[in-house]
Amino acid sequence: MAVVFKKPSTLTDAPLHYCPGCTHGIIHRLVAEAIEELGVEGKTVGVASVGCSVMCYDYFTCDMVQAPHGRAQAVATGLKRAKPENVIFTYQGDGDLAAIGTAETVHAATRGENITVIFVNNAIYGMTGGQMAPTSLPNQITQTTPYGRDVNTAGYPVRICELLSTLDGVALAQRVTVDSVKNVNIAKKAIKKAFQNQIEGKGYSIVEVLSTCPTNWGMSPVDALGWLQENMIPYYPLGVFKDGTKGDRLK
Amino acid sequence: MARIIVDEKVCKGCSMCIHACPKKIIALAKDRLNAKGYHPAQLIDEAACVGCAACATMCPDTAITVER
Repeated sequence: MAVVFKKPSTLTDAPLHYCPGCTHGIIHRLVAEAIEELGVEGKTVGVASVGCSVMCYDYFTCDMVQAPHGRAQAVATGLKRAKPENVIFTYQGDGDLAAIGTAETVHAATRGENITVIFVNNAIYGMTGGQMAPTSLPNQITQTTPYGRDVNTAGYPVRICELLSTLDGVALAQRVTVDSVKNVNIAKKAIKKAFQNQIEGKGYSIVEVLSTCPTNWGMSPVDALGWLQENMIPYYPLGVFKDGTKGDRLK
Repeated sequence: MARIIVDEKVCKGCSMCIHACPKKIIALAKDRLNAKGYHPAQLIDEAACVGCAACATMCPDTAITVER
C-alpha cells in the first residue's frame, strides 16, 4: 500500500495547543502544504500575530517572527522590503487583523506590498475567552454581548475581503472556509495561489478563511461546523472578490 | 485495500473525521484514553475503507495517515 495522505514535511512534530476541533489546525496544514508544494520552505518567513495563533512559530519549519498585536503586516512589509527574494506570509486572526490591526492591514493593502496574508475569521476573540470581535455577527451571543450583539450600540461586522477588494494595490482577495472536504480543497487552492502571486510579484494577496471556535461558541466541533454554514456563510459570502495584479481596478 | 493510521498521541477526539467519513467506519475508542485524556479515533471496519482521505482532510491535528 502506498501512502496517499500524510502530514506535510513543513509542519513540525509539536502537538498543536489548539482546542479539540479548532480549524486552525486545518489552516496550518494548508499553509504548510502550499509552502511544501511550491518548494519555498528554505526562503519563507512567516509572521505570527497575537491571538490563538500566537505560538504558531512552534508548528512551521520555516523561519517565523512574532509581531506585536495587529502589526504583523507592518513587520511583513519591513521583511519583504529588506529581503525581497524571500517569501513572506502573515497568519492573523480577526481580533488582530480586523480590530487593532485594521490600519496596518488597509495601508499594507493599498501600498500593494508583495506579501501573502492568511486571515482566520472565527467571529469571536478566542484566546481571551470569547469576547465580541468586530467580525461577530448581529445578535451573536458572546461573553461581552450576553443578550446578543446589538447593532445599535456595537455596530455591524466588518467584511474585510469586500473592503480590501476596492483597493488598487490588492492582487487577490478571496474568502474560503474549511467546513467540508470540498471547501478545504478550495481553500488549499486559494492559499497556494496567494503564495504563487507573491512569487510572481503580483502584489498583496489576502485569503480570508472562515473558521470555527467550538469552545467559545459553546458547542461541539461538529455542531460548530453547522453553525458556521448556517450563520457565517450567509453574512460572509464565499468567493473571489478580486483576482488580478497590483494596479488593477475593480470593475 | 486501504486503511488509516491514527496517531493516538495527538488525537483530541474532536469527531470531525467521524463526521467526514462517507462510509461511517470511524469511531472513538471508548475503551481507552490517550495521555491527554481523550478517547482517540479508530477505524472500526478496515475492509470497508476506500482510502478517500476525507477524514485526514478534516483532521485539525493532522493525526491521520492514509494508505491505499
